[in-house]
Amino acid sequence: MISDNQKYSVLDIRSLSARYGEVKALNNVSLTVRKGEILGLIGPNGAGKSTLIRVLSGILKASAGEVLLNNQNITSYSPANRARVLAVVPQARQLGGAFSVEQAVLLGRTAYLGFLGKPSKLDLEKTFWAMDQTSISHLADRKLAEISGGEQQRVLLARALAQDAPVLLLDEPTTHLDLRYQASLLSTLKSLVDQENLTVLMAMHDLNQVSSIADRVALLVDGSVYSIGDPEDVLTPDNIKATYHTDVESFNHPRSGKSIILPLM
Amino acid sequence: MLKRSFLLLTGLLVLAFVLSIALGAVTIPPGNALQILIGKLTGAEFSGSWPEYFETILWEIRLPHAILVALTGAALAGSGAAFQGLFRNPLADPYLIGVASGAGLGAIAVMSLPQVGRYLVPVGAFLGALGTIYAVYTLAKVGRIVPLTTLILAGVAIGSFTSAITSFLMLVSDQMILQAMGFLLGGSTVSGWEPLSIAFPYLLSGMTLLILSGHSLNVLQFGEEQAQQLGLAVEKIKILIIVAASLTTAAAVSFSGVIGFIGLVVPHVIRMVWGGDYKKLIPLSILGGGFTLLMSDLAARIVMAPRTLPVGIVTALIGAPFFLWILRRAKREVFW
Repeated sequence: MISDNQKYSVLDIRSLSARYGEVKALNNVSLTVRKGEILGLIGPNGAGKSTLIRVLSGILKASAGEVLLNNQNITSYSPANRARVLAVVPQARQLGGAFSVEQAVLLGRTAYLGFLGKPSKLDLEKTFWAMDQTSISHLADRKLAEISGGEQQRVLLARALAQDAPVLLLDEPTTHLDLRYQASLLSTLKSLVDQENLTVLMAMHDLNQVSSIADRVALLVDGSVYSIGDPEDVLTPDNIKATYHTDVESFNHPRSGKSIILPLM
Repeated sequence: MLKRSFLLLTGLLVLAFVLSIALGAVTIPPGNALQILIGKLTGAEFSGSWPEYFETILWEIRLPHAILVALTGAALAGSGAAFQGLFRNPLADPYLIGVASGAGLGAIAVMSLPQVGRYLVPVGAFLGALGTIYAVYTLAKVGRIVPLTTLILAGVAIGSFTSAITSFLMLVSDQMILQAMGFLLGGSTVSGWEPLSIAFPYLLSGMTLLILSGHSLNVLQFGEEQAQQLGLAVEKIKILIIVAASLTTAAAVSFSGVIGFIGLVVPHVIRMVWGGDYKKLIPLSILGGGFTLLMSDLAARIVMAPRTLPVGIVTALIGAPFFLWILRRAKREVFW
């Protein structure tokens, strides 16, 4: 018997723990990312958001528990096989500045390229498509070192799209961007998720952005899941006070009806 | 763009090669040199007349020497570019990170053993290079990254340590001290076709592997974490590149001695002119390394002719000031 949960889960995280040396970073985390949803991952600094993304993408080994990606243990995937299913959008730093935007996006095809890295027609098509979707086609020949932080973040999103993976993990993609770039990146992402039927797990800082874009929200604190569910059920003043140790007030947006969280000063 | 860069460097390499076989203590006019060469290779007869010893000098001494020098420069520059890409560090050169010294120790250790053939010298150098790179990498690693400062510090420390053992080995087996001295200064201690035929397979296979690794090195420029997330089998690839670069360095060191700065300077110039794409950078560095070492070797042979300076002295005289210049401009580098 396959339960509904298994049927619709793309990422099934079961009692997952991870540590950096002696320091425990994740402690018995269980959550499911369902097909086609945007799951927002929030929590104060050090809650384990980035660590979770690193375990899910095979960078860090779990110390206990397991992760099933499409019902198959994540550790059984080769790097290339995993990269064809799951793409990561890191924060825009540590970019190889000597590469052009097009070269960088093409590296999203690494899992499909041979050892020599010679791109096929399909690889180039996917690259141009991804640049087009993220509105960076006009930057194709510019060096990464020469473009703005907002444009770099778009390059990373394009690279992940070129990877042609149905699951996207994003690590605070809007943190270093100004308001205009934050809004345009999130709306681009939102329309791509609908259009390409992607499944997204996204770590975020801005609670109002999470509230506006996420289908569900998981609130992490000290490496454990504090609360998970619909945004309005998770983003309550009580939950925020208990995890961020900050008094907030919550309103409903006059048009969308979604929660707005304001810290009290 | 790509083709022009290859044509230019190939042209320079050929030019340096012809000069290198024509000039020296005895000057053979380049035209005659080319005719002798073509005659030897194709059996064609030329009407020109030249003393018979021109042919001996050219064929038995200068030609194998020039090929070995070109291959050595190519190997050092190619592995320098690969080490820089692997550690994502502009200062990673086989000499600065101690790999060349380690290879030198391995080579000298084998030479100091009684009744061991020359054939085993590259094997000793290879083991010395691998051991050194492992020690330097382990010592330099802080968490998950290899910072510039610790890499250079570990390289210098391990390099000094291996050099000290090398000096000790030289002192206890005093009959080989002169040979070893010249070797460590980067003087070619060998000549003729035989050593070239031993070195050739090592150099060729190592450099071929390095050229083929260009794409993987490109992916690694985004950091090991992103490379892994993009689907690169990072640990395997790293070992492959380290083995290829160490093999190449070791082969160069075991036949031409410890020659510094070629592996640092040449890839830097190439990177500044043609950019940081390793698919181009590695083959272009290989061509440029061959050219640069041929020219340095030529200078070493003619400035005090008929005496020959160790070529390592020439490369250090040019390379060290260049290195300082790189350090000064490092702050505003955008091509890295």
